Amino acid sequence: MIEQGYNFGYLDENTKRMIRRALLKAVALPGYQVPFGSREMPLPYGWGTGGIQLTASVIGPDDTLKVIDQGADDTTNAVSIRRFFHRVTGVATTERTAEATIIQTRHRVPEATLGEHQILVYQVPMPEPLFRLEPRVAETRRMHALADYGLMHVKLYEDIARHGAVTTSYNYPVMVNQRYLMSPSPIPAFDNPKLDRMPALQLFGAGREKRLYAVPPYTPVRSLDFEDHPFVPVRADAACVICGSRASYLDELIVDDGGTRHFVCSDTDYCASRPPLQEDAA
Amino acid sequence: MMPAIRTENLGKTFTLHLQGGIRIPVLRSVELGVAPGECVALSGPSGAGKSTLMRCLYGNYGAGTGHVWVRHAGREVDITSADAREVRAVRRDTLGYVSQFLRVIPRVPTVQIVAEPLMARGLARDAALAHAAALLARLNLPAALHGLPPATFSGGEQQRVNLARGFAPGYPVLLLDEPTASLDAANREVVVALIAEAKRAGTAIIGIFHDTEVRDRVADRLFEVAPLQDAA
Amino acid sequence: MTALMTARGLELRFGAISALDDVALEIHPGEVVAIVGESGSGKTTLLRVLAGMMPPEAGQVLYRGEDVHAMGEAARRRLMRSDWGFVHQNPRDGLRLRVSAGGNVGERLMAAGARHYGNIRTEAAEWLQRVEIDPARMDDMPEKFSGGMQQRLQIARTLVTRPKLVFMDEPTGGLDVSVQARLLDLIRALVAELGLAVLIVTHDIAAARLLAHRMLVMRHGQVVEQGLTDRVLDDPQHPYTQLLVSSVLAA
Repeated sequence: MIEQGYNFGYLDENTKRMIRRALLKAVALPGYQVPFGSREMPLPYGWGTGGIQLTASVIGPDDTLKVIDQGADDTTNAVSIRRFFHRVTGVATTERTAEATIIQTRHRVPEATLGEHQILVYQVPMPEPLFRLEPRVAETRRMHALADYGLMHVKLYEDIARHGAVTTSYNYPVMVNQRYLMSPSPIPAFDNPKLDRMPALQLFGAGREKRLYAVPPYTPVRSLDFEDHPFVPVRADAACVICGSRASYLDELIVDDGGTRHFVCSDTDYCASRPPLQEDAA
Repeated sequence: MMPAIRTENLGKTFTLHLQGGIRIPVLRSVELGVAPGECVALSGPSGAGKSTLMRCLYGNYGAGTGHVWVRHAGREVDITSADAREVRAVRRDTLGYVSQFLRVIPRVPTVQIVAEPLMARGLARDAALAHAAALLARLNLPAALHGLPPATFSGGEQQRVNLARGFAPGYPVLLLDEPTASLDAANREVVVALIAEAKRAGTAIIGIFHDTEVRDRVADRLFEVAPLQDAA
Repeated sequence: MTALMTARGLELRFGAISALDDVALEIHPGEVVAIVGESGSGKTTLLRVLAGMMPPEAGQVLYRGEDVHAMGEAARRRLMRSDWGFVHQNPRDGLRLRVSAGGNVGERLMAAGARHYGNIRTEAAEWLQRVEIDPARMDDMPEKFSGGMQQRLQIARTLVTRPKLVFMDEPTGGLDVSVQARLLDLIRALVAELGLAVLIVTHDIAAARLLAHRMLVMRHGQVVEQGLTDRVLDDPQHPYTQLLVSSVLAA
């Protein structure tokens, strides 16, 4: 049932138009952070206000929405946002990746390959990939404008010099279309390769920071690395205890006081769509 | 023969702005020419301006009037008016100057100080160092000292370093300011021999020789530098 | 031989004070030019204007025929990364203190496009050695280095990409005398070896004599005298230069 008294998608049409304009610019400049007039939303910053505003601006009555948080459809954040959109738009929602036309996500990219008919909306806490290295915002803008990214490589250099390998395991910086350095949001580095030449449109929204950016379909996205220390997507060397997958990204669970560890798929839909393990198998 | 170096109406007056702008004329209308292979000794009482003339010839002092022409790369260059880059080129390739005092460069070993002008002219490092070492040895500077910076050397040792640096490149024009002042008899002989060799090689030499015996042995003629009467 | 950098008619005022008053200058490849004068004479301002860090109110700075202040910031930064180097008086302004010594040297290589970690490290180690820093300290943070070491590290970081023109602002300024001598000698050797053109601002006359081929004396924003270093110092013409030279203790 659609909630009365709200415009379709909660945001007023002028706001949606403003955000869509910013999105068009973002699509035209892959990886470039476009400022936008982020609105107050009925949930606090850090809970996905950026992603919600983007979803609200692109969603239509015929869309089917999926929302995931850390890969799962059934966590509080995912459930709340899904319910929110159902109430303010009446669109169909789903937990099936393949059925969704819009997927709003926090911290994961679905395991299933996405198609051209789909839009992936990322919730982004901090859009600026250089912010830990260069505290001056004006200076980071200048660095983007001039593609002056030596500093980011210095960070990777320092990682290797100190730890023998790049220690960044999530929010691993990428170059988009060989031009802009971009934060992929705090997804595991394991997901980075999925961004590269993805057939779906990828939109990124940071509500508190009032920035959005985009990666249009089939855009090259390259994780930064060195020739002799190539980027390696890391996953736990284990199988999912539920579906047995050795290809998906796993969450680690401590299941008893003895510290027994189990691994399960972080993408719940992927896990559920696979045949369950036979107790006696292998 | 065309002179290797000549002056034309050279004059020099110092203006001391810090002392109320008093003017001290030192040189007036100096006309001196020295041919390749010739050695000219400047004579005159001390304070007459011999050292000032030498410094003007080297371009270390500017001239008040006139010119200093040096034959360099097939033409005459006026040291008094040439720009700094050209003067450097003349000093690198044509015009050498052995002053009385060695300007010590911190931490640079003696042999390298001597080899530097050779390398500046394009000689390979090893060859330049070998040549420098040989010349220092000839000036009786023990090999043990070659690798040390000359800051702590005695006056005579420093002067021999200076001489080696001046003679090593074989400049077509060489200015020598008291080259034997603090040398013993044996080293004085070496310097006399070096001057003779340089002359045979066609070097034009202008020198100030305190030691009249040395002067008479090496100089072809004297050039009188007279004190100016109106000097204040 | 054409000049690497040519400046003419430079004017800049700070309120009533003239920082640059019709200043002109040329620097050629391989030439070391010292700008001397006391504090407030405009020498650091001149350096910053020449390096494109501050625009003049009038006049032009040309680098290889291109107007430095008209070329746009992107092109100017590219120059700063490739053709130019800047050595600050305070090494803290020219270094990243929380990045290892090797990372500091490597940054310019990476900014210039180097993407091979092993090669970057090898080259960084070579440069640390050249500036007399033990390569074993490559992964140490420069905040733990002495002032002299920091300054040598800044020089390594600046020269690693083999710039053609290096601006130095009082590079020996805050250092002990014994440390200064070592640094000066190091700069002298590297400059000669790499054939660098250097514009060095200093109030240290002895340093200028040791390093510079040519010298400009500045006062109240004007170049009052210029020429061969030894001629300016040994036969100064302008009253101010005579005062400057006579104020220096003979070494």
